[in-house]
Amino acid sequence: MSKPYLPEGLPAPAQEPIALPYWEGTRAGRLVIQKCGGCGKHQWGPEWVCHRCHSFDLGWAEVAPRGRIYSWQRPHHPVHPALDGHGPYLIVLVELPGADGVRMVGNLLGDPMQEVTIGAEVEAVFEPHDGYTLVQWRLVG
Amino acid sequence: MSERTLRGRVAIAGIGETTYYKHGRSPDAEFKLALEAILHACRDAGIDPREVDGFASYGGDRSDGPRLAAALGIHELRFSNMHWGGGGGGVAAAVANAGAAVHAGMAHCVIAFRSLAQGQFARYGRGAQAAAASGDDAFLAPYGLMSPAQRFAMKITRFMTEHGIRHEALRAIALTSYFHAQTNPRAVMRGRPLDAAKYEDSRWIIEPFHRLFDCCMENDGAAAVLVVPAERARDMPHRPAYLLGAAQGGHHRSAAPVHNAPDYASAHFPTVARNLWSMAQLGPKDVDVLQAYENFTGGVLLGMIEHGMVSAEEANEFMVPENLRFDTGRLPLNTSGGNLAECYMHGLELVNEAVRQLRGTAPNQVRDPKVAMVIGGPMVTPVSSLILGTEETL
Repeated sequence: MSKPYLPEGLPAPAQEPIALPYWEGTRAGRLVIQKCGGCGKHQWGPEWVCHRCHSFDLGWAEVAPRGRIYSWQRPHHPVHPALDGHGPYLIVLVELPGADGVRMVGNLLGDPMQEVTIGAEVEAVFEPHDGYTLVQWRLVG
Repeated sequence: MSERTLRGRVAIAGIGETTYYKHGRSPDAEFKLALEAILHACRDAGIDPREVDGFASYGGDRSDGPRLAAALGIHELRFSNMHWGGGGGGVAAAVANAGAAVHAGMAHCVIAFRSLAQGQFARYGRGAQAAAASGDDAFLAPYGLMSPAQRFAMKITRFMTEHGIRHEALRAIALTSYFHAQTNPRAVMRGRPLDAAKYEDSRWIIEPFHRLFDCCMENDGAAAVLVVPAERARDMPHRPAYLLGAAQGGHHRSAAPVHNAPDYASAHFPTVARNLWSMAQLGPKDVDVLQAYENFTGGVLLGMIEHGMVSAEEANEFMVPENLRFDTGRLPLNTSGGNLAECYMHGLELVNEAVRQLRGTAPNQVRDPKVAMVIGGPMVTPVSSLILGTEETL
């Protein structure tokens, strides 16, 4: 198991019932998000109702683990004791064209000082932790 | 049928604040700060504090109305109101909620206020220290995304990149606030001037658009305004600051989870600004002085653009200190120093400054302003903004 992108000790996701299929999917190396049984559209993050058609029949579907960088940031200031002394890191907002354009937040793997371009293509990397798996992103090609 | 509006119906008749402190430096408890600010606002308006019959606040203020009512021995509590949403997004809304209650006859004399003692309670710039992150945070905190600056940074990155706006446009906002703070006796950053070199040398909080001086301070203190019916304000000691327009809210799914708002690179004012101008029966060109909430300088620029004060295309050219100063500015901005350099009182200090400008008693007094505008905390949801005017704008 390779080293996680950020130091251990950051808050772990609570893995609440509303999002359980997502977390189960990540542990199996699959990207699974909400898909409405009423109108067939994807939505993210998890919610009890479809914001388009108001159906409560929200199922879950595997989507292609590929996307585009929609925006990014490189934090320097440590916002948590686990990050004290760690130095800058990259957070990206990734848009998934294959899933109705939903967006996900993750870290961009690789050199934290690399130049980041909006629109760059990325693919998911499943990063195992103790009891949960995070979806990270790396540049394609 | 009567027109449904607050325009000219209510006014701010009193303003008050405590000494403003660096965070953790207040010798007084948060609730005592709230009491002091409220008593100052009542004294400023020349009324007996027991006459206050309502309280409106926002940002989850811990000094709750019923306790204030009991502590101050007010005769009768008729309005007790907390506005949803975090940070300073609700500052203008709290004033408007007070005004709406007064205009609707639910109360006669309402205090809108904010109190903060971050030494007594937690700071904003560090994430929650809980072991597990739930709700939205489950998809953000494990990636090291926790602070307000981080929650908004990617909106700014996207907007600035899309429109080719340079960081210097944001620098102008910081320089202007610090310039104004140097002559404001209330300002925490008085005596700590800022120039372009010091700004450029300051450390990155977040690349690519958040240096240290792009970020607000964190402070201890309290501030309050007293809202009464317009006709009553005319009989009170100070020139009334009439509420001409107010709006709050957010456009389509601006609070969508995990950064999924359809119009993402936004401060969330598009519909709020439209409703504000509609009630005020004014436009951006009519504003003589602007107080725009700085959580981060990028939010100030976005808020200005979404209210039509400046366009994205002209931002690089227009956003220079000379255009924003009280004396030389085409659009005087944050004339007290605002959240960056006067005090981070979640924007209530901006409302007080707007009132001072209209009274003609501000330390950096704009020449004879008639219309003053306050834009509340940008990029949260709901956001809010308001417009105040002198008697001649009615």
